[in-house]
Amino acid sequence: MRSELTGFPLVKTLLKNRWPQLLVWFVMLAGFLFAILSGFFGTPVGNRNFGIVFVWIAWWAVLILVAVPFFGRGWCAICPIPLPGEWLQRGAIMDPPGKKPRWFNLRWPNRLRNIWLQNLTFTLVALFSIIILTTPKVTAIVLAAMLFLAIGMSIVFERRTFCRYICPVGGFIGLYAQAAPMELRVKDKQVCLACKDKPCYNGSEAGYGCPWDVFPGGLTKNTYCGLCMECLRTCPYDNIAINTRPFSADLAKPSTRMDEAFKAFIMLGAAMIYAGVFLGPWGGLKLAAYSFGSLAWFGYTAAFLVFIFGLLPALFLGAVGIGKALTKATITLKKSFTAFATALVPLGLMFWVAFSLSFVLTNAAYILSSLSDPFGWGWNLFGTTAMPWQPYLTTLLLPLQTLALVVGLLWTARTAQKAGTEVNLSPIPVIVFSTAATIAMLGLLL
Amino acid sequence: MKRSELLSRILIVAGVLIVLAAPFAARTIGAQGVVEIHGRMAESGGWTPSTIRAQAGVPLHLRLTSDDVMHSFAIGQSDTPAVDVLPGQMTEVTLTFDKPGTYTYYCTRWCGPNHWRMRGTIEVTGDDFASPQPGTPPLYMMLNLDIDATHPASVTPIGFPDAQRGATFSTLLPVNYMSLDYYRSHSPAQVVQELRADPALASLSNSDLWDLVAYIWQTNTTPEGLAEGQRLYAQNCAACHGETGRGNGVFSADIHALAGKYPANFSDPATMLGAGPALLQGKILRGGMGTGMPSWGPIFTDQQTWDLVSYLYTFQFREMKK
Repeated sequence: MRSELTGFPLVKTLLKNRWPQLLVWFVMLAGFLFAILSGFFGTPVGNRNFGIVFVWIAWWAVLILVAVPFFGRGWCAICPIPLPGEWLQRGAIMDPPGKKPRWFNLRWPNRLRNIWLQNLTFTLVALFSIIILTTPKVTAIVLAAMLFLAIGMSIVFERRTFCRYICPVGGFIGLYAQAAPMELRVKDKQVCLACKDKPCYNGSEAGYGCPWDVFPGGLTKNTYCGLCMECLRTCPYDNIAINTRPFSADLAKPSTRMDEAFKAFIMLGAAMIYAGVFLGPWGGLKLAAYSFGSLAWFGYTAAFLVFIFGLLPALFLGAVGIGKALTKATITLKKSFTAFATALVPLGLMFWVAFSLSFVLTNAAYILSSLSDPFGWGWNLFGTTAMPWQPYLTTLLLPLQTLALVVGLLWTARTAQKAGTEVNLSPIPVIVFSTAATIAMLGLLL
Repeated sequence: MKRSELLSRILIVAGVLIVLAAPFAARTIGAQGVVEIHGRMAESGGWTPSTIRAQAGVPLHLRLTSDDVMHSFAIGQSDTPAVDVLPGQMTEVTLTFDKPGTYTYYCTRWCGPNHWRMRGTIEVTGDDFASPQPGTPPLYMMLNLDIDATHPASVTPIGFPDAQRGATFSTLLPVNYMSLDYYRSHSPAQVVQELRADPALASLSNSDLWDLVAYIWQTNTTPEGLAEGQRLYAQNCAACHGETGRGNGVFSADIHALAGKYPANFSDPATMLGAGPALLQGKILRGGMGTGMPSWGPIFTDQQTWDLVSYLYTFQFREMKK
């Protein structure tokens, strides 16, 4: 069922050559800086500010509706955030890496070699999302902070530690990339084992060692491969391939990591809370989420954290425990928990798709007006500034959202079934949990 | 360094510089000769800038935008129509002032509890160096009225006085009660007492006399004046005083929280009929009174103020508009 995309000479040339990627990077970097600039100096009115409209409507729509479901970490391949730091780190953009490191080149601490920090950064962004998503200046601060943090970390640490361990977006992209029908893998593992210098990891004249600190020969899932294409450039044996594959391919082998399991809960819970706060009719809830520092905000924060880190995992643990009791399996509860949490990946992804459809279709009209007047300074670059706001595809919205949720539930049920077979446990309680969560999400979206 | 490295560096550095510099360069060029005004709710700063300088006879180009909610831009004591100021969008206006002076610009949208504080001034200078002629003080000042004092009506009618019915007794009414000066300087309660004491009207009941008062108030305005007063009231007063004049407008609770008092209730005869037009003129022009009432002196023309005063009495007198 796999088909090698790099088997097409044109695709391979485009991916191996640095220029196409650099040109896309350049456009992305320009857009990214423009978004920061408009956030700081443009109108504070969110729906008329390029930073808000292009980051949280246009980019988010492309990311969650197209890039992640179909290309996995495809966005990471062209994300501009690591570019300036990496230039500093390597001392070059295109030239081969030098023999000696230019900066501190420290290894990332072993204790932090997981995605707990990403769980934390995403939770923080999610907690403040109603402020970030509506206030251009705050969006600009967050984007600039990510850029400067990435630069700073590139100087202190080796490779792309920001992307791998800190980026709040990278964490969930990695999780959901497991479901994507695209992958980077080696063609023959034996070739990698026999390879002496491992230039894909260590770098060579042809390119840089894996910025994501991954040895491609050991890749079994998409989670931590950033699709930067360096290994495609450095492999002397032409042993790297970009393949299309069936959806969900990586999920057949359940995760054993608690950090990844909690990422699944954070994403699932955040999607439900977002649906309530952003789309729900509860003005008090919106105000509580917005009024940073107020008593209501602390209440909202407590509820947010308890729901994501307490209630959802506890209910899920209960479901897993029932499944364990039903089958009288010997596997530990922790292993069952992490294994079944993998099944929540499709559910969470489709929750986000359903939620995003709503606000993307409602707010997409702002993209054209913001394109003509990105700062709200009265420009009319493309003659679309005065385009009136109107929601798109309103009649299709609910059917599409329902379809997304149903597909997510069926997909999760199938994944849970596979995970159940793998760990010899009944998946039924987990499927019941997922069904209840889906009904709750449907209720929030309706 | 390879050529590709050099090229890529040039591309990125030049690109970044262009992205950073181009918007500001374009803005600087486009902003020449134009004053940009940002509107925010009064709590967040009101108009920025709040003072603009202009030359009499020279067009003043303004670009208006709102940083929060919808506002509207109007010039006090001017016929220039108000323009809406939309969030994140620019509205361009060109004004030309014929005479030097200080003009007030203000918001006409109910944008927040302190909407009334959203004001700024345009200082218009000109070649006319002649010292301005001192104007006539407003009537309430000439009458030396204390607009901060309470003004209970010594007598009140039963029911609503009817101007149309009052017209049927108008032939009995001595002409001195009909003059504009008399009307403006007396409260309805004062007038009804003077009518009661007048032997020429001895045959009329108290209710008839109240109808006559309503008639006097009607004859000192016009349907057009009342229509203008109604428009001004709806635009500027109803948010606090309420559409029915009961002091229960949408911001009344906020006003109470800010000033400790509810806005004046024009439907209450015990206070409203104790206030004459000149007293109401003073309250409108100066504002204050410890109630959070703004000053409308720089906003309304003299005629607009009197039209508004006339309209306020429609909350007491029936059939005034006919």
